[in-house]
Amino acid sequence: MGLMPRDGAPAVDRTVVEQISPNWVTTRLDFLVNWARSNSLWPMPFGTACCAIEFMATAASRFDLSRFGMERLGYTPRQADVLLCAGRLPFKLAPVIRRIYEQMPHPKWVISMGACASTGGIFDTYAMVQGIDTVVPVDVYVPGCPPRPEGLLYGILLLHKKIRGETMADPSLRQEEHLRRGDLRIPARLVDELSEPFGNSIHQTRSA
Amino acid sequence: MNSSVDTLRRAFGARIGRAFVSCGQTIVFVDRESVREILLWLKESPEEHYDYLVDVTAVEYRDPERPIEVVYQLRSLQRGAEMRVKVELPKHEALEIDSVVSIWAAADWLEREVYDMFGITFREHPDLRRLLMWETYTEGYPLRKDFPLRGRFSRAEQVRRALAANPEANYSMEELSIAQAQFDLPLDMRERLERGERGAIPEPKVRDDG
Repeated sequence: MGLMPRDGAPAVDRTVVEQISPNWVTTRLDFLVNWARSNSLWPMPFGTACCAIEFMATAASRFDLSRFGMERLGYTPRQADVLLCAGRLPFKLAPVIRRIYEQMPHPKWVISMGACASTGGIFDTYAMVQGIDTVVPVDVYVPGCPPRPEGLLYGILLLHKKIRGETMADPSLRQEEHLRRGDLRIPARLVDELSEPFGNSIHQTRSA
Repeated sequence: MNSSVDTLRRAFGARIGRAFVSCGQTIVFVDRESVREILLWLKESPEEHYDYLVDVTAVEYRDPERPIEVVYQLRSLQRGAEMRVKVELPKHEALEIDSVVSIWAAADWLEREVYDMFGITFREHPDLRRLLMWETYTEGYPLRKDFPLRGRFSRAEQVRRALAANPEANYSMEELSIAQAQFDLPLDMRERLERGERGAIPEPKVRDDG
């Protein structure tokens, strides 16, 4: 919730907040903070493929993303709240999206838009990350190939709902371990498991 | 059949192999050692004048005995004529062929792509590096028939290696100097580029399994 101390910053005594929560003051404060945050999400579009076209349609006047407080598309991660990965992610871009995610200030969320960003989709190949959750943590997955603008809006509303459920009494929400270059975010076994073939390609082996 | 094949045979004799027409395209096979000479002649000869190199690519067939083919798609912009020149590279020999960058500058990235995807070494290419995959990629050459679709390493290892790459190291100093951008870069990034911090770049291998 933005209260987590950064390295070198003076530590905020969280125990007091946690001990007295929940009470009338903290829940009202939670409500206020979450209301403000969920209604002014600034997206950082990371469009790599056809999902980005649907994202543009979502941002254009017919579907009008600004109804949800997202009218400012920040093409700088320093001034963004939501990383919106629209499209497949090749391995060559994996260090790029991780750096963008690390450059975003807290609080930050990630929407994985489309089948390819969420699972690798049809690109079960040597060049493609099988789901961006093996690289950065993801809050909302939007299915579809590509999702219609209504689908993306539904995903954004789900993210609103998720944000409204957050509380400053839970310090684990913003915990982030510092990863060095080349570190995996989740155990290697889990990356392999998430990247297994699925659906019609279940009969294929890794050597096929 | 394109009339250039007959003039080619008169000029080069036995160094021109079989020729046939497929889907309206004249395909002619030429000797691998004189490919640069023949292509230069096709470009410079006034009645041929194939001034536009449309594409350089390669084909590997499923039959393991069949050689890999390097394909040059030529076009004469003045005459509107097209021709496809092919060179066969047997798999049991070193996959090497002369570069044609000195004839058409367009061949630079096309040959880099063929090197990247098939592992064919182009002799005397000015800058033979991988083009699509990153330079520290060590899994092999993806479009070869013996390359597994999902790569050779486990997915976790692939993600780990991809994340270990420095995203700022994708540009060489030459590329940045062409873009005239190197003086706008932050100082630390310029230093890193000058130090050559791009990871250990594997030497160009002549053969994938060699």
